[in-house]
Amino acid sequence: MKRASNFLWFLGSVGVFALLLFGWHLIAQSGMVSRVYLAPPDKAFAAITNGFTGPNGLGSSMWATVQRMLYGWVLASMVGIVLGSIIGISAIARIYLQPMLEFLRPLPASAIVPLAIAFFGLSESMVLFVIAFGSFWPVLLAAVQGVSSVEPRLYEVARALNMSRRETIWKIALPNALPDIFAGMRIGLAVALVLTVVGEFVGGQNGLGLEILRASRQFQAPRMFGGVILLGVIGYSCAVIISNVERYLMRWRASR
Amino acid sequence: MSALLSMRGLLVPALLLLGAEVLVNAADLSSNNIAPPSAAFAALLRIMLDGTLFVSTGQTLLATAMGLAVGGSLGLVAGILLGLSRTASRLMTVSLEFFRPVPAVALIPISMLVFGFGYAMEVAVVAFAAFWPMLIYCKGAIEAVEPQLLEVAQMLRLSYFDTVRKIVLPAALPRIFVALRTATGIALILGVTTEILSNPQGLGFAVMSAQQSLHPDNMIANIFWLGVLGVVVNSGLLWLQSRLFGNAGRPGGGR
Repeated sequence: MKRASNFLWFLGSVGVFALLLFGWHLIAQSGMVSRVYLAPPDKAFAAITNGFTGPNGLGSSMWATVQRMLYGWVLASMVGIVLGSIIGISAIARIYLQPMLEFLRPLPASAIVPLAIAFFGLSESMVLFVIAFGSFWPVLLAAVQGVSSVEPRLYEVARALNMSRRETIWKIALPNALPDIFAGMRIGLAVALVLTVVGEFVGGQNGLGLEILRASRQFQAPRMFGGVILLGVIGYSCAVIISNVERYLMRWRASR
Repeated sequence: MSALLSMRGLLVPALLLLGAEVLVNAADLSSNNIAPPSAAFAALLRIMLDGTLFVSTGQTLLATAMGLAVGGSLGLVAGILLGLSRTASRLMTVSLEFFRPVPAVALIPISMLVFGFGYAMEVAVVAFAAFWPMLIYCKGAIEAVEPQLLEVAQMLRLSYFDTVRKIVLPAALPRIFVALRTATGIALILGVTTEILSNPQGLGFAVMSAQQSLHPDNMIANIFWLGVLGVVVNSGLLWLQSRLFGNAGRPGGGR
């Protein structure tokens, strides 16, 4: 019964979405907004499906974007977790380092782009560096927060068991900090996608960002909107996948 | 805040700056691309004294504030509507899931086509970016309002508008402020990003053009200033929040 009504609500919300698309279609058809900016939805979807897999198709650009985003994010997560747990477990390191981290955190990551260009030039490594730099902060701060807020008695247990520092981090600190770390990694992934697009704009590296920029310069509104929609698809899939992985890894925790 | 100002917290950054200074000078790395911290500091003083820094800061802050005002208030209204009506929120699920994951930066080329350079394109991008966190957090804030308060409103036969104005908004205000704080951070980031990518004004453009005209001291000075601005805006809002609401805005607080 409950399931059936949930399904009906879902159908209803699909209906609303269809109405919105239809509204978009009407506005685009009416010519109120220039065709140069606004492509009707069917044209935008056609731009996605037309030659999606071909050599110049949006598929290969999408793949390049996804790859770049994942490389940067994985790199940032590994470094962030390692550094974060080292800083988090030592009160002394926190006293010395936390203020600097707090200063760097609100710095817009895209502000680092010019600096990265100065060091790496307009290259693939520049883009990777920017992605990794930006998505590093949420992971690092979450790891520091997670590891430093572990129940102190657990550390006492570790000491009583004569565990080495590495064992303490691996067996006590990290598992307990996992929820925080995951939250940080989820934010990091969203940041990584944004910075991938920024990096592709600036660095001229193949990918959806460059596709959108190119399409806008050639006044190809359908392809531009197609690219934007695909970016949305990437963002949405990432969010769904990571929350499922999170649920799977966290299944040992008492459900609350 | 006290931790931020502690001497021990300043030690590491000071050492790092000193190290960079020594390294750049000793290895003679100064070039068209890299400048030592002392040169960057001198550049910071220079652009402060001739006022260019404050002009670009003003442009960035104005565009961010306008975008935040547009996107934030739309998000607030949408959040209230969806937070109060379970039907509306269920019906909008698919549409929100479709539009929300679109990264705001992807809209910069579109915005540039529509509005050209200037405030309008930046405001549009910032507004889109600020809309979503405001919507999501405000919806959550409204849904967390004590249901008994709404029953009281019903008993008093308050109109929808009065219910929102007299009951819902005051009860949800601390959490709405948290939403505003999050949205402000995102808005500032998107404003600067838009300037770096395309809009020729503000701090982002100052950073980018300093790099392109091979003035690394100027570039680093502007990046540093962006960091200061981020900290000031962030801790200013945090201060305001604890001043206005005490602990009520913190997660789990205020109950």
